Amino acid sequence: MSNKILAFIESKDGKFKNSAFEVITEALKIAEDSGSELEVLTIGSGLESEINELSVYGAKKIKIVDLNILNKKYDGGEIKYSPSAYAKVISEIAKNAEANIIILSATSLGKDLVGRIAVKTDSAVFNDCIDIKLSDGKLTASRPVYAGKSIIDINSSSEKIVMTLRPNVFKPEKTENSSIETENTDIENLGISGSDFSTVVTDVIVSNEKLDVAEADKIVSGGRGLRGPENFNLIEDLAGSIGAATGASRAVVDAGWRPHSEQVGQTGKTVSPSLYIACGISGAIQHLAGMSSSKCIVAINKDKDAPIFQIADYGIVGDVFDIVPSLTEEFKKVLSN
Amino acid sequence: MKIIVCVSIVPDSTTKVKISENGRSIDSSDVSYILNPYDEFAVEEALKLKEKNGGEVIAVAYGTDRSKEALKKSFQMGADKGVLIKSADDNFDSYTVAKNLSEYIKDQNADVILFGKQSIDFDGLLVPSMVSEILNLPCISVVVKLEIDNGKVKAEREIEGGKEIVESSLPVIIGAQKGLNEPRYPNLKSIMAAKSKPIEEVSNFYSGNKADIIDMKLPPAKSGGKIFTNGKEDIPELVRLLREEAKVI
Repeated sequence: MSNKILAFIESKDGKFKNSAFEVITEALKIAEDSGSELEVLTIGSGLESEINELSVYGAKKIKIVDLNILNKKYDGGEIKYSPSAYAKVISEIAKNAEANIIILSATSLGKDLVGRIAVKTDSAVFNDCIDIKLSDGKLTASRPVYAGKSIIDINSSSEKIVMTLRPNVFKPEKTENSSIETENTDIENLGISGSDFSTVVTDVIVSNEKLDVAEADKIVSGGRGLRGPENFNLIEDLAGSIGAATGASRAVVDAGWRPHSEQVGQTGKTVSPSLYIACGISGAIQHLAGMSSSKCIVAINKDKDAPIFQIADYGIVGDVFDIVPSLTEEFKKVLSN
Repeated sequence: MKIIVCVSIVPDSTTKVKISENGRSIDSSDVSYILNPYDEFAVEEALKLKEKNGGEVIAVAYGTDRSKEALKKSFQMGADKGVLIKSADDNFDSYTVAKNLSEYIKDQNADVILFGKQSIDFDGLLVPSMVSEILNLPCISVVVKLEIDNGKVKAEREIEGGKEIVESSLPVIIGAQKGLNEPRYPNLKSIMAAKSKPIEEVSNFYSGNKADIIDMKLPPAKSGGKIFTNGKEDIPELVRLLREEAKVI
């Protein structure tokens, strides 16, 4: 078992993402169980004022690679992100620290990096983990496959492992507030050159300010029962009343009523929020696969035999046009008290 | 323009998964295997690139004879050639796939190498980026828009709540996401033409999985949900339970 674990955490708009705290909490558990030392790494700028947030979750040391300094190694202008360069930075720092375990979150960025880091560091990949166990010094990870229709346990004979944690599954845990040591990492000895920037992100377009289903703790999804795109305001209102993201079934995405980014299911996103409300969704097997690991499932459908009710924790048999607006009002009422 | 599109087969998304007797894989006896849905976007994009720039489209699969289905569907859509790198069995991880594909791709001088962003069985998104590292080529994953002009590549990549504008150069590896295009349906003529296209078989280059599946199980079954049948009248009780019992509101 390694005596060093490297956790890579992400920030957005100058703040650490919730996934950062999830990664730190789980990495710290593995470190404690295995008698290893945890180092936390991030790439960004302007994060100094946020560092104390991390100590709340028990991180004792953070390495910061300044994005502006990293960008100077690229001669093509200002960039937001480069998967090739990030993978190099993380891999080189892991090698220098002799960290055999690298942990990231299975976000867009984490998924973009994990395969690259695995090849660069000659590591096995445990991706999209929902549970991690350590016994006799060996890690076993559980992850959903076939979009959640089954779950596998994986291990590896490799000394080196890079893993990603599915967002929203591991709960951040606050610890006794301790101090945190910050190291501004010098990238000069990492051997970064222009050729490491073979793929660069020059701009990011925010398509909406709403929370993405992949990151949301609560999701309200609509299906064909809504009868048309013009009726999705009912879904948006219900989502708005409880601070949820809006999702959709494949049928309504294929029909062009909703964007693919909202699609939940086997050819969309697999989600595990604490609350999933399915409105007018019958529950095709490929949809159920993508959301059945949600902690609490509420189904609203006028067909009492709809498959969605078989996996629901709570359900109301009724017309979405009748139930959804009333549910929105009830949520607003109880939450305003 | 030489275009390689890497394809794979997956169980149809309507498949109800049963675990096989070995406890480490699915029981494939009643499963119908199809071209991975995301690979359809990759094949379509490959064909569009050929239509615009000329050249050829080579579909490449790694797997057992069963994987020929993916190549046949690619032929029906319009791929020119098909290559099957034959695995010994079904027990291979993303790294083994990436190593074998890389070994084939490295001598091909392809301009663009397309993949579906992920297969819908193991949902890894690993193979394109692993191939890119093994071959030291740029890679853009989860691509919903692709422009290639004078050797320059500009793509839009889907991320949480938005898109990244990504720039790169040829040769490039692309992971296709739904929304990149509308995959064509094979017509009778292309289905007939596909029948005469031979599949070139290449022997396995690499074995040596890095990760091992030690157990596969079905997710815990849910039962005993509280289903209300009085419509709107039940809403206050539902909301009370969500707050007090489930504690999610």
